[in-house]
Amino acid sequence: MEKTWNNKAWFLVLPVLVLVAFSAVIPLMTVVNYSVQDTFGNNEFFWAGTDWFTEILTSPRFWDALWRNLIFSAVILAIEVPLGILIALNMPKHGPGVPVCLVLMALPLLIPWNVVGTIWQVFGRVDIGLLGYFLNSLGISYNYTQNPAHAWATVIVMDVWHWTSLVVLLCYAGLVSIPDAYYQAARIDGASRWSVFRHIQLPKMKRVLLIAVLLRFMDSFMIYTEPFVVTGGGPGNSTTFLSIDLVKMAIGQFDLGPAAAMSIIYFLIILLLSWVFYTVMTQSDAEQN
Amino acid sequence: MARISLEHIRHAYSPRAQAAGDYALKEVHHDWEDGGAYALLGPSGCGKTTLLNIISGLLQPSDGRILFDGRDVTQLSTEERNIAQVFQFPVVYDTMTVFDNLAFPLRNRKVPEAEVEKRVNEILEMTDLAGMAKRRAQRLTADQKQKISLGRGLVRANVNAILFDEPLTVIDPHMKWVLRSQLKRLHRQSRFTMVYVTHDQTEALTFADKVVVMHDGQIVQIGTPAELFERPSHTFVGYFIGSPGMNFMPVAVEGKTARVGDQTITLDNAPALAGQGRIELGIRPEFIKLGREGMPVSVNKVEDIGRQKIVRATFCGQPLSIVLGEDDEIPTDAKVSFEKHAIGIFADSWRVKNQTAGQEG
Repeated sequence: MEKTWNNKAWFLVLPVLVLVAFSAVIPLMTVVNYSVQDTFGNNEFFWAGTDWFTEILTSPRFWDALWRNLIFSAVILAIEVPLGILIALNMPKHGPGVPVCLVLMALPLLIPWNVVGTIWQVFGRVDIGLLGYFLNSLGISYNYTQNPAHAWATVIVMDVWHWTSLVVLLCYAGLVSIPDAYYQAARIDGASRWSVFRHIQLPKMKRVLLIAVLLRFMDSFMIYTEPFVVTGGGPGNSTTFLSIDLVKMAIGQFDLGPAAAMSIIYFLIILLLSWVFYTVMTQSDAEQN
Repeated sequence: MARISLEHIRHAYSPRAQAAGDYALKEVHHDWEDGGAYALLGPSGCGKTTLLNIISGLLQPSDGRILFDGRDVTQLSTEERNIAQVFQFPVVYDTMTVFDNLAFPLRNRKVPEAEVEKRVNEILEMTDLAGMAKRRAQRLTADQKQKISLGRGLVRANVNAILFDEPLTVIDPHMKWVLRSQLKRLHRQSRFTMVYVTHDQTEALTFADKVVVMHDGQIVQIGTPAELFERPSHTFVGYFIGSPGMNFMPVAVEGKTARVGDQTITLDNAPALAGQGRIELGIRPEFIKLGREGMPVSVNKVEDIGRQKIVRATFCGQPLSIVLGEDDEIPTDAKVSFEKHAIGIFADSWRVKNQTAGQEG
């Protein structure tokens, strides 16, 4: 069939282009602009070339924050994905339990992020927090403001509490789309519980799991609000993730040039890792055919 | 292989069922002989699939017992009952190859791998899938997938029964024919008890030795295809089997005479009526003669369907279908006569027995 070329079509996408330009492209270009210049205020700029990039890439501070962030994301995925699948598998498929479970699951997702942080900040406090006070009265000396391990545990448990529901809801959506005939056929074929999971449920959940893993990776890699509210990146730098470090650099120290360079590096890392995840997971799908 | 007995089975999907109307399956009391090929025939929603799932153990009946060779299996799981079942829509395990799909029921039961290989290859041959044994099952067409489902039902050598729930719905017409005759052949070789659910009368009549006709949650007749055709025991069987269906008309019966409108028809035997409500006379279109003698009828329409002609007529104000051969004449002043042996009298939809012989007539 002959394709019709019509430049009027550009007008139809114009509103979106304008919106994206203002919300993404222009700010990004501004950041690129900052990253190659130096400024001392008064709107005076000096060409700095790739100096800031070199500085960031050779600074131990950046690499420490990157490693912390990678470990954090890995731990989050390793806990939330299996836990989410497990909860989704055990949620009722019919009856009055369904809306109850769905509401319970959606609840943490509806709470504003800084409120989540505040809840856990108070919850973990040694003097008035339910968790902190309780643990200490059991003889476990728990204090997230002093012990880096405790701070990490608190941030991870908080993230699991906050975000596992997302994985659950996505997996649940995949599970309820499986027709009953599959389970009946599996019973007739004498399949074990594990076989049913491995050969029926997992393949049907694969697509939504890909989305869940991608979303959880990107979100955990960009995590800012909750640890900022709970630990403020401390004690020391133990929970200073990339985004917290970035904000400290840009707003705390007003080092606009290095902060801009770091933003771009940060952006490229997320882009690269998301692409790797996506390719690996869709590739294994393609190989099967 | 086993003889399957259903004892007073009833099923309701709601636990609070009270009235008979709440039951998806009204009382069924019936034996399936060991090695028989049965078809469960009926329209959608008549309880066929419910009955099938009760036999396989996917459903627990609300009341009644199921026996395999006299052993009560009502409480046993599907796996313990050792039943194979094929569903209406294809179920394949996407992650496995065609071969592994077919081997799955055997491997789950720890059958030695050499035996698995032998059985699966037989089934691959039979279902015409031999060329794609090593392919993933995911990207196959719907009828290839259904052949895999069918194959998984047939692969086990020692099942008590194989149940088919409208298995050929998604298969294309030509392949339907081939698979049905293969199932029939397989049945003759293996003598498995087979129950085949369908709403297609051709499928039921060609596959089964005995056809079980279901209507509104109950079994209305069990018989050979010929019995269903010649002596339907319920008006539903008359309508449902045969094309066009049986003609029914309200009638007043006195001894051996039946009155339809202003016409009187003499019957072979007097039906044993006991003051029932609605009395009807039933006659198959194939057993009506159209000629110059008999009772007056007005012809409305003639449909030529190749080897036969279907005449749509009005007889005493009632619609009447008549089947004629392709060369039969239709006279201008047409009259009809009914073949007496083929007349049935029905009271409240059920066939009435004869007074004298005491058998169905």
